[in-house]
Amino acid sequence: MQPILRAENVHKSFDKTHILKGVSFQIEEGDLVSIIGPSGCGKSTLLRCLNGLETLDSGMIEACGVRLERKPGAPEVPGEVAHRLRRNVGMVFQQYNLFPHKTLLQNVMMAPMVVKGTKKEEAEANAERLLKKVGLYEQMDRYPINMSGGQQQRGAIARALAMAPKIMLYDEPTSALDPGLVDEVLDVMKELDAEGMTQIVVTHEMRFARDASDYIIYMEKGDIVEISDEDEIFENPKDPRTRQFLHRFA
Amino acid sequence: MRFALAVLLTLLSLGQALAQSPPPATSTPLRYGGDSTSGAPYTFKDPADPDITVGFEVDIMTQLGIEIGRKTVFVQNDWSNLIPGLNAGLYDAVINGLEITAAHQAAADFSIPYYVTFGQIVIRRGDADVPDIAALRGKSVGTLKSSQMEYVLRSFGGIDVRSYEEEIDAYSDLKLKRIDATVMDFPIAVYYAQPDRELQFTGAPVGRIEYGIAVKKGGNPQLLAQINTGLSQMIQDGEMRKILDRWGIWTPMMAQFTGDARPMQAQPDAYNHFVEATQPQGWQAQLERYMRFMPQLLWAAVMTMEISILAMFIAVGLGATLALCRVYGGVWLDRLAQVYIEVVRGTPLLIQVLFIYYGLPKIGIQLDPFIAGVLALGLNYAAYEAENYRAGLLAIPRHQMEAAIALNMTERQSLRHVVIPQAARIVLPPTTNDFISLIKDSSLVSVISLVELTKTYELISTTYYDYFGTGLLVAGMYLLLGLPFVRLAKWAERHVSRGMTRTTK
Repeated sequence: MQPILRAENVHKSFDKTHILKGVSFQIEEGDLVSIIGPSGCGKSTLLRCLNGLETLDSGMIEACGVRLERKPGAPEVPGEVAHRLRRNVGMVFQQYNLFPHKTLLQNVMMAPMVVKGTKKEEAEANAERLLKKVGLYEQMDRYPINMSGGQQQRGAIARALAMAPKIMLYDEPTSALDPGLVDEVLDVMKELDAEGMTQIVVTHEMRFARDASDYIIYMEKGDIVEISDEDEIFENPKDPRTRQFLHRFA
Repeated sequence: MRFALAVLLTLLSLGQALAQSPPPATSTPLRYGGDSTSGAPYTFKDPADPDITVGFEVDIMTQLGIEIGRKTVFVQNDWSNLIPGLNAGLYDAVINGLEITAAHQAAADFSIPYYVTFGQIVIRRGDADVPDIAALRGKSVGTLKSSQMEYVLRSFGGIDVRSYEEEIDAYSDLKLKRIDATVMDFPIAVYYAQPDRELQFTGAPVGRIEYGIAVKKGGNPQLLAQINTGLSQMIQDGEMRKILDRWGIWTPMMAQFTGDARPMQAQPDAYNHFVEATQPQGWQAQLERYMRFMPQLLWAAVMTMEISILAMFIAVGLGATLALCRVYGGVWLDRLAQVYIEVVRGTPLLIQVLFIYYGLPKIGIQLDPFIAGVLALGLNYAAYEAENYRAGLLAIPRHQMEAAIALNMTERQSLRHVVIPQAARIVLPPTTNDFISLIKDSSLVSVISLVELTKTYELISTTYYDYFGTGLLVAGMYLLLGLPFVRLAKWAERHVSRGMTRTTK
């Protein structure tokens, strides 16, 4: 089966710090993949490269047939390519980043109307459907500031889904949440998984990684150390570094 | 961004069009500049009807027009800018107590004198007589700023000369014993000191003063010849004498200059009219007088608002453009915007107003005073707005832009739909503040012949010798102008701050 997303030999530096040191992996349609690893290992940077929020130094990323490639020393890839790449890739951030000057409904409606020129009625109907899906139909006229963190994050997921992506990226989606609010967000992601959405989650939520993921990518110091089945990696990690990291969560 | 640029270009091209208009033919009206705040009896607002500009100079120009067969049109301009206005092409000639001196002749060409007079010493009634200028040594003496009399007094030596912008302020200070005497042109003394029971004339005439009509330096010998012919005819046929007698300012020097030794040829009814209309009155008459110039004040207020609102449009548009250049424009646009802001903020607004109106014609950009005023204020305030807006843009977290990009909006769309609307809410209060201060700063454009609220205050208060009541009235007017915007700002702030502050459920 053709992978839906592929990364090959991705390199990225900030100033003199080499963050990603030739990362390669591929994901098939419908997978839910967790990326774990210690802080500063480059997992968030990798995720941001996957939808073109960060430019590559070199390497290749291909999602749903859109290819973003940069040879070492070549000029930056034009923003237009990242734009095409993002058509199929949605992203959810740690801090939700809802637009505070818009109601929840308007937040979800905005991008389709602005980017795709979707008609207002159509965008509204779609937004209402998505808000129902994430359990926020009753809250749609609220402003983000009047919503809990969990509600805001579910709203952010609905906002990303409004662009009809084939792949969803989550950058530590529950790290900013009170422990009591984590599950409502993870439940939405599980539901999407059940519907066959391809999802990549950078997370510190080991329980979720273990329960929900199809497999887990363990990263350390800018590279992938181990890609394993979720049970295997927790019970019998192949690499000693993985073992040492997971030991702390045991 | 494009809008602001379009407005600018339109304004500039308008200016160019004005500059290229063809030279007037002889049959066109003769436009003459003067300042109707410069006081009686020269060119001033009729105290009985502030809508009418009167004065012996107005009468002379009207008669001159008849003599040379041209209609005459009065053009208002600030006194100190009358000559620059001549060079800017605002009018063909200036008549406003301009003395024919070497210094003035260096700046403009002058006709033969239309009036010859002298400096009149005035003291408080009951003070010891001052026989002549020499007796003023050691005393503080008030006179008009940049007048020939000021020069005479200063170069005489030993006199403590105090210069005033307004003649009535000098007489005020004399009565308040802030100064010992005044020496000003005889017509001024006749109109502002002679009717005053607390003041009296004294001593011998000081110096000799000739007033001439000024035209653009080297610009128009035919016009000058035409004016000279007209003036000579008026002196010959006695019309000049009649005008000066009606205004009660005939002088021995004039008799000598014209060879006219006849007794008075007309009743001083213009003088009597003025004295009567400016006599102190009861409060009822005073109120009536205020009511009479209400329409004038209202029109001035409209002018003030027109200038302020249009200038604010430019300031907001250009300010936003500059702010975007600074934050999102890259190195070069950022630097360019920075230079603009520094230069505009670092130089006085008054200089900018004068430069745009009187300076730019030098390089072929000649602007209508209204456009020049709006442009100067708008360009100036744009610099301050830009810094406000920059702060507003920087206050929006980077994550907001990132979230919009992640939703596949372009940078431009992200700015338009996400960043700018949020920044706009932040900058609304300071922008309103600036607008209220712009309303007040718009008074500066009176230096380029625009008659707005502050100028009208000057006009009325100098006419009636009443800074107090008129002052309160005009101050109230400014307050009323600003108030709706304070209210509007409060409403708008509440209205657009939805989502910015937590509301109870």
